[in-house]
Amino acid sequence: MWSQLRTIWTVFQHTFMRNETVEYPDEMPYAAPRYRGRIILTRDPDGEERCVACNLCAVACPVDCIALQKTEREEDGRWYPEFFRINFSRCIMCGMCEEACPTYAIQLTPDFELCEFNRDSMVYEKEHLLINGPGKYPDYSFWGVAGKTIEGKDKGEALNEAPPTDHRSLLP
Amino acid sequence: MATIIVDGERYEAKAGQNVLEAVLSQHLDLPYFCWHPAMGSVGACRQCAIMEYADENDERGRMVMACITSVRDGMRLSIAAPHAARFRESVIEWLMENHPHDCPVCEEGGECHLQDMTVMTGHSQRRYRGTKRTWRNQDLGPFIGHEMNRCITCYRCVRFYRDYAGGTDLEALGSRSRMYFGRAADGKLESEFSGNLVEVCPTGVFTDRPFSKQYTRKWDLQSAPSVCPGCAVGCNIFPSERYGDLKRVHNRYHGEINGYFLCDRGRFGSHFVNDPSRIRKAGMRVDDEVFEARGADTAIDALGEMLRDGKAVGIGSPRASVEANFALRSLVGRDSFCNGLGEGDAELIALALDIHGRGGARIPTLTDVEAADAVLVLGEDVLNTAPRVALAMRQAARGTAFEMAGAAAIPDWQDAGIRGHAQGRLSPVFLATTLPTRIDDIAADTLHATPQDIARAGYAIAHRIDGDFAAPEGAVADDFVDRVAAALGKAKQPLIVTGTGSADPAVMQAAANIAWALRARGGDPALLIAPHEANSFGAGMLDGGLTLDAALEAVRSGAARTLVVMENDLYRRADYERVDAALASGAEVVVIDSIENATAQAANLLLPAATYAECNGTFVNYEGRAQRFYQVFEPAAEDEIAPSWMWIRRAAKAAGRDGCDWSGIEDLVRACAENVPALAAIPEAAPTAGYRGKADTRIPRQPHRYSGRTAMRADVNVHEPKPTVDDETPFAYSMEGQNTGRQPGAAVPYVWSPGWNSNQSVFKFQQEVGGGLSGGDPGVRLIAAETGSNGADARPFRSPPAAFASGDGFRLLPLHAIFGSDELSARSWPVAETSPSPYIVLNPEDARELGVARGDGVKCDALPVSVEVRIDAAMTPGTAACVCGLPDMPGPLPADPVEFVRDPDFERATEIIARG
Repeated sequence: MWSQLRTIWTVFQHTFMRNETVEYPDEMPYAAPRYRGRIILTRDPDGEERCVACNLCAVACPVDCIALQKTEREEDGRWYPEFFRINFSRCIMCGMCEEACPTYAIQLTPDFELCEFNRDSMVYEKEHLLINGPGKYPDYSFWGVAGKTIEGKDKGEALNEAPPTDHRSLLP
Repeated sequence: MATIIVDGERYEAKAGQNVLEAVLSQHLDLPYFCWHPAMGSVGACRQCAIMEYADENDERGRMVMACITSVRDGMRLSIAAPHAARFRESVIEWLMENHPHDCPVCEEGGECHLQDMTVMTGHSQRRYRGTKRTWRNQDLGPFIGHEMNRCITCYRCVRFYRDYAGGTDLEALGSRSRMYFGRAADGKLESEFSGNLVEVCPTGVFTDRPFSKQYTRKWDLQSAPSVCPGCAVGCNIFPSERYGDLKRVHNRYHGEINGYFLCDRGRFGSHFVNDPSRIRKAGMRVDDEVFEARGADTAIDALGEMLRDGKAVGIGSPRASVEANFALRSLVGRDSFCNGLGEGDAELIALALDIHGRGGARIPTLTDVEAADAVLVLGEDVLNTAPRVALAMRQAARGTAFEMAGAAAIPDWQDAGIRGHAQGRLSPVFLATTLPTRIDDIAADTLHATPQDIARAGYAIAHRIDGDFAAPEGAVADDFVDRVAAALGKAKQPLIVTGTGSADPAVMQAAANIAWALRARGGDPALLIAPHEANSFGAGMLDGGLTLDAALEAVRSGAARTLVVMENDLYRRADYERVDAALASGAEVVVIDSIENATAQAANLLLPAATYAECNGTFVNYEGRAQRFYQVFEPAAEDEIAPSWMWIRRAAKAAGRDGCDWSGIEDLVRACAENVPALAAIPEAAPTAGYRGKADTRIPRQPHRYSGRTAMRADVNVHEPKPTVDDETPFAYSMEGQNTGRQPGAAVPYVWSPGWNSNQSVFKFQQEVGGGLSGGDPGVRLIAAETGSNGADARPFRSPPAAFASGDGFRLLPLHAIFGSDELSARSWPVAETSPSPYIVLNPEDARELGVARGDGVKCDALPVSVEVRIDAAMTPGTAACVCGLPDMPGPLPADPVEFVRDPDFERATEIIARG
């Protein structure tokens, strides 16, 4: 009995509280930067694509809506996705891809307005996904940490690396 | 047998085995790095630490390394003991100190033994704050990528490359923390087995370079059990596909054939499947120059007309499955069918089947080859024609080492101990070949002569072993003959290896004589006859009424109005004039093939055939073992690619012919078995389409974490199609089902086990480490493998050839190139990059007389192009060895002596790798 009365009282109190709902779309609700909306691909601080086509987002995706193919640019040795496709009509905005991404390339944004009349329009290719900035992580560069050489970063120049060893050395 | 107690459970183990093998054979999880089932133990990495207890009261125990501890009866062990577990975790932590942050950009990621072991031991946080060692990489050629930063110094690469495969150019360089695994300088790895480094390396130091160009993670690869189309050994492979491209070929373990290793032709030779010049649409010649794709239905109607019109001749192929060949034979009738082997080859294959049919010698598996205690190779350059046999022979040569070790009570897995004790002593291996080969380093003695003289030596050896056998007239290489006869006579399991490579039946007859002579003396000989193509023996068993020359003559003379050529380039089989005459005779030429070759270019009607990766079928290997290969992926929907037998079925229907309305591949296999007595057992080669695993599930072609299913086709249509239901095989084009390893061994589409993402997981699919597959090793032997007492039919050959005498001009002797001589793999771009340009090898005297030096060009009327000259003192004067089967010069060598003249305009192709 006491519990029911207390519940009624709590509900009654809400009558005098500020409205949480807003008049969308006339008024935009607040979505935090960490909100999980439309997915983007970001770029390194040096302006190159961050995605190295490692496929971890694809394998983490519970609805398997990410497909990509690795390729390598001859001139700088970086790994890139040849194509990168997200089928947003399948995406459940769970953010697993962002969590799995070792390079901070794939990020979810506060943009949740993804309605289309035609499902075909919800298939995004790399040119639709790629933005011109680093997104939420302005400083991180995967290639600055990885041991593989790329144009402009030789062996021994990554984070915590010693200069290349000379295996011909006879010093003790 | 011994009983061991691991963590309180009792298990059976073999006495004398090491503890690591024993626990892995029980399918228990114990991390390891440096141990490899085919290479034994060295105890270098300290990863397989395990606790051993003195008795049931011992609670402290002592730590031992499982891979270098022998199993004893009643041994008490613990894998889970915290002390050992902590130790294993620390070992990984040390290994990871210098390991780069590379996994996302590493080709090994997702199937990495180091990743698996790191997760298995529980190491997750890096505590070391110092810097990481780095290295400069080397360019190791088109096959293998090198990323030395990732090395954990387990030594497996050099142990495989040098100790197992006999390579010399990959070395462990440097000292202490500067150990470097590479070559003295950049350059292609010379070994024909370098591709195995990709699978042997437990991390990503050596990676598959062609695969990296179109890289896909292992979890995204769709695979099916298959058989290598590269040669007649019949190695089992996993070809893998993604997005409609064949991405790579990995080793599929077979306990009796390839074991853990493949050759580079097999591993890198399958990219022809993706070749841009693949035939993808049915086409018709509308006038002389114009070829049009007018749709499969139009083409089939036209073909039906042609077949109704009059007599048709069908030419099959030793690179097509037995089913496809049988389908074509059914279409044209046995009397109008030719199995597609050239005149010489057909004779040799028939002779080989005849010799095996007479019995008297075992037909060895590759495991038997490894167990042989004396080997004679007669006239066959196995490293180039059946490469995996050469690798097995290297292991046979080490037999003495194991015997000595056994006498000194060194266990057979104690790799370093065995090598140290043997001091390089080898079992007797004798090589009789035209030219020195790259396995001469294991030979006790070699004989370099013409096939004719090799055959004479063979006859003489047989005569020396048993005087009842015919001896050749005149002189032979007496020293060689004596040594071989003595060694083979003493051996318990002597092995004679020969093949079709020297194109001389006398060589094969001599080899059979030696085996039978040994048999007559109470020995237990094995005789390995290596044909050259994946289904040479299968085609040979399906003999038709026509030889190739007769078939071509029937077409040329107008007796047959239609010629149907299936998966065969006639220019590789018969000389140019003869083929040209037949193809230009006005008969309708129908070609069913997957790749564009000279025969396809002459076709009036072209039908796109599926490659081995796109259809189901059976190959018969050198042992007479029928093995099923399964469809890996479906050709793109917009292409008209279909298996050859399906084209034939449609054509028969359009022509109103009976007897070709097989409901599917299983029906065709059955029909083939019923109609061809030699092939009666082929339905047993693999489980039927109705096979289901536990809970009535199919076997999945895709790993359980196959990704991107709802996006990979979304650019074409956002509505995902229903996966094709495969009525022809027990497999599904999906990730649903079970691949537990308990199914028949012929139906394992990939290896994976929880916690074991790398290929090391294969032990979970084996009865015991290095033994047969849990579900039995694939394939069914069509020719009795064991001779028993049946040697009565083994009537020896009685006509040794006369000695070779040089006359006018050069006698051409065939040479073969591992990279280039096989039609399909030569179309694979990594192999094509490594193939030599056509060359001949001359004796220095002959070269001087011709006025040519190494690298010059010579020409002759009988060869279509000018060829490069190489010089070798081992060459018999008056002969020239000529590499055959290369794309520029595919045809058989002229039988008559030829005259060479120097070609002043010859430009030597820039060759990256000198080989041959």
